[in-house]
Amino acid sequence: MTTPKIEIDHVTMAFGDTEVVHDASLDVAEHELVCVVGTSGGGKTTLLRAAGGLLAPADGRLAVDGEEIVGPTPKVAMIFQQFGLFPWKTVRENIEYGRSVQGRDVDPDELDHLLEVMHLTDYAEQYPYQLSGGMQQRVGIARALAVEPEVLLMDEPFSALDALTREELHGELLTLWENQDRLTALMVTHDIDEAILLGDRIAVLRGQPGHIDLEFEVDIERPRDAEEIRFHPRYAELRRKVWGALQGEAAPEREAVAS
Amino acid sequence: MSARAIQMASHPARAGAESRGRIRAHLLDGWVLRALSVVVILVAWEIYGRSTNPILFTYPSAVSGAAVNMTREGILLEAIGQSLLVLGIGLAAGTVVGIVVGLAVGRSRVMEALLDLPTIALYATPMVALVPVLVLWFGFGTWSKIVIVFLFAVFPVLINTTRGVKEADPGLEEVARSFCSSERRKWFDLTLPSALPFIVTGVRLAIGRGLIGVVVAEFYTSIAGLGFVIVSNASQFRTSRMFVSILVLMVLGVVLTKALEVLERRLTPWAQNGNHH
Repeated sequence: MTTPKIEIDHVTMAFGDTEVVHDASLDVAEHELVCVVGTSGGGKTTLLRAAGGLLAPADGRLAVDGEEIVGPTPKVAMIFQQFGLFPWKTVRENIEYGRSVQGRDVDPDELDHLLEVMHLTDYAEQYPYQLSGGMQQRVGIARALAVEPEVLLMDEPFSALDALTREELHGELLTLWENQDRLTALMVTHDIDEAILLGDRIAVLRGQPGHIDLEFEVDIERPRDAEEIRFHPRYAELRRKVWGALQGEAAPEREAVAS
Repeated sequence: MSARAIQMASHPARAGAESRGRIRAHLLDGWVLRALSVVVILVAWEIYGRSTNPILFTYPSAVSGAAVNMTREGILLEAIGQSLLVLGIGLAAGTVVGIVVGLAVGRSRVMEALLDLPTIALYATPMVALVPVLVLWFGFGTWSKIVIVFLFAVFPVLINTTRGVKEADPGLEEVARSFCSSERRKWFDLTLPSALPFIVTGVRLAIGRGLIGVVVAEFYTSIAGLGFVIVSNASQFRTSRMFVSILVLMVLGVVLTKALEVLERRLTPWAQNGNHH
């Protein structure tokens, strides 16, 4: 078996004496998109920030490509729940930000292409306050993609958006994901439908402190369709199982765990 | 808004009347009302002022007459020049030092611990109380006045700059870290832009305090500037001439504050509509 792209190995996260994540383990294979589902305050975001090198674990080890994570690396790009755009930068400047801060050239043609893919061409010179939440998160996604990362970490990227915009962006992210073969992604969310639609695998982070004792393979073939997927025979069953797990059903035998 | 748009679209004949009404409303809440308030004040002043003892009070036409005379004699422009020089250098020095030290205090815990109490103490001290001491140290000349204006101006800039640095969004700090930003880049991408609106507020306060500083300094020190014009004319009961100086100071304050507003809009295009972050 090859080294997983992302390894979370018996990781405990704590703020002071308070543990928020206890002994969590999760591997993400190359080109895989894994969703960590959990309730609010369950330590999902904390775990993701550790994977991004923003927080150090109290115990355990995190690694990308077998190398221990000791801080942020250009290999990894993050997408933030509250978008994290610089209010004083235009859309174009915000998207360029990651590349320019890493001392890499910004190819204007590539940037134009990215703007087009994310439907941002007409907004390139506007400031974030002039955009809707959905457009702002498009900028956040474009900024992450612009650094050509190997790993994408997404922290509830759509939870701050209204339902309609969320569905729109789900569709776009799905298309993006299914038309590339470079990325590996870890996404945390509390939205089960989102996790089934986007994920190859779902890990349930539950309890206080949170731990991962259940994983579900999303065995629904790609390309997927945001509308059609609800009628897939596996959909309702997966949804019920994940929901049950979050409601505190005891962990059965590691069911449908990816091998 | 959208209801109005629909109405305008379906009744093109009414659109003209609507927009004329809007223009009228716009003019009324804009400069027309502002000008009106000034005119009303001047007229009331003129009427009341003429009925008072000219030693104790004056009125606008007498003040403008005095202004013309003082301009002819060369007194007015000279005094304005002298005061502006002191104000300009003192404010500029206060702003620069305030920003630099404020940034340092905002970013460094050591600097903060060292400067916290002295800054608060000096900001809270009525600077007027220090003026006699400063005159003793720096003499009666221009230097002394510049130091006084500097001391009036520096603390509001310093304190606001520090606050601006500290109010930087921790979420954006995290964004910068996650994209592997250097500390140097963080200054330009994050620290300075988030401090900018606070710095402008500090400078706005500094302008007001700087004007006080100029006048107080000129009361106490050399025979120059608008403050001196006030003192010397007051002692001779030439009230109209005194008021010329006072009004010039007032106009100076308004012009500087408005100029700063324009500058702020140019510097912070992302914060239009008061949408500060």
